[in-house]
Amino acid sequence: MSDRVSVAKTYKLYIGGAFPRSESGRSYPVTDSKGGFLANAAQGSRKDARDAVSAARKAFPGWSGATAYNRGQVLYRVAEVLEGRREQFITEVAASEGVPLKKAQSLVDSAIDRWVWYAGWTDKIAAVLGSSNPVAGPYFSFSTPEPTGVVAVLAPQQSSLLGLVSVIAPVIASGNTCVVITSQERPLPAITLSEVLATSDVPGGVVNIITGRTAEIAPWLASHGDVNALDLTGAPESLRADLERSAAGTVKRVLRNKTGEDFTVTPDLSRIRAYLETKTVWHPMGV
Amino acid sequence: MAAPTTLPSALADAVRDESSLRRFLHGLPGVDQVGVEQRAAGLGTRSIKKAAKLHAIDLAISMVDLTTLEGADTPGKVRSLAAKAKRPDPERPDVPQVAAVCVYPDMVKTAADELKGTGINVASVATAFPSGRSTMDIKLADTRFAVEQGASEVDMVIDRGAFLSGRYGQVFEEIVKVKEACGDAHLKVILETGELVTYDNVRRASWLALLAGGDFIKTSTGKVQPAATLPVTHVMLQAVRDWKTQTGELRGVKPAGGIRSTKDAIKYLVAVHEVAGPEWLDPHLFRFGASTLLNDLLMQRRTQLDGHYSGPDYVTVD
Repeated sequence: MSDRVSVAKTYKLYIGGAFPRSESGRSYPVTDSKGGFLANAAQGSRKDARDAVSAARKAFPGWSGATAYNRGQVLYRVAEVLEGRREQFITEVAASEGVPLKKAQSLVDSAIDRWVWYAGWTDKIAAVLGSSNPVAGPYFSFSTPEPTGVVAVLAPQQSSLLGLVSVIAPVIASGNTCVVITSQERPLPAITLSEVLATSDVPGGVVNIITGRTAEIAPWLASHGDVNALDLTGAPESLRADLERSAAGTVKRVLRNKTGEDFTVTPDLSRIRAYLETKTVWHPMGV
Repeated sequence: MAAPTTLPSALADAVRDESSLRRFLHGLPGVDQVGVEQRAAGLGTRSIKKAAKLHAIDLAISMVDLTTLEGADTPGKVRSLAAKAKRPDPERPDVPQVAAVCVYPDMVKTAADELKGTGINVASVATAFPSGRSTMDIKLADTRFAVEQGASEVDMVIDRGAFLSGRYGQVFEEIVKVKEACGDAHLKVILETGELVTYDNVRRASWLALLAGGDFIKTSTGKVQPAATLPVTHVMLQAVRDWKTQTGELRGVKPAGGIRSTKDAIKYLVAVHEVAGPEWLDPHLFRFGASTLLNDLLMQRRTQLDGHYSGPDYVTVD
């Protein structure tokens, strides 16, 4: 009997709920931590980023308009599907990050728990970050948090799954949509995550995932007129100042966390809060 | 049946009576469906970049018939559309004006008042748009009303029911009479290609409209899917090109409906250049019936000039 030839997976982009190849037709080899070949990943271009932003913009009214409860249910569903793919993620994280299986296991478990943690926040954000304001006048004044819009996320370069989940979940929990540039050297868990998103109930376009060279694509997202916020977590040190400067050109919110953030620590609300706008309403009373 | 213009003898024969008209239309060569679709797709892959793209964007803007044909149209909406037609991108005065504003007949006066002295035409749909299901008198009254109100272009619909059941003479008469009712106003004949089903029918309807004196042939009302497609526009461009070789007259083409992106618009311009010829790359002979297309053209124009992608926050809301 001849040996079976295994079927290798084509790692593609995730844009608007579909898995296209890069518009540029390029791909690049992804290696494990010791330099061994793992797979070819699509090398996204600025036009892929542009398409992803259009997809995210298109998905925004539906996702931000969904009830917080509904968004929570959708995110829980993602966690359920993540759990079902646990073994696959453990293998991929171990290969990408070069950690022992045991460590990879704990990273994947934390990632799933992190997702559930943020899923729980969806319908609590308004209660915790909103307020009714005591004002000197016959008005009922109240403030509610609302999503900022389309967020461009430069995912952490080191933590390929836990870090990725920790930057995506807070963005979409409050109703934003996002375009994510994955870790350049470790993009494979991100593509598998997009398969999870595609098969749970997340509407297409809410999360768009692009693999490729961060330094090539990030400037286009930073200057894009239809992107409302930028997360610099995975930005190369040398590029940070430039990215912030061009983001200022279209008045984006910029999250400028230092690189080397420890994602194993349970987070606080700062990442959710970073992509919220506060709407305050003054309602006349006693008339 | 009366031919509206002096035609060469072959074409004059065609409009002598209904049976000769039918003979002429059915004698037109059939359209090679696979061929025209392949050619349209092939030309669509042509890459237009940098200075050529910027030129194409400005040309496309100057060819737009900025359209609002909704039951919910208000004078306020028409006025804001007219303002947009005059100055599509208020921050950039070098952006060309659009060719025309296209509205329902009762909104023509509002549009005409706003556009007086700007050189922008007011187009009005007429003849029981979009279905064309009414009596001849009503269609003519509709047309006269639009022209009296100040429309310089009239977009009429043909009676597709009559066309599809082979009553070509009736359709011909209708176009001739509406053309008379138009007076000096330009007449665009909407074929509603989505309801004509075959390319052969599109070719016949195009020739019918040209024979009857339509200044423009227009693909669709925008109310029926599919609206304008590239292959259909190819067939219509071939008709006006052949019309020119036979009569020496230049007639126009207007695809309308479903053209939303700059990329699509440029594909159409390539088709115009390759199928009809460069002289049709002119707002007098080629128009886009569109509403959302203009914003995309403006955003692309900004992207070309600013070096980064623009967004809908930087152009006016329709």
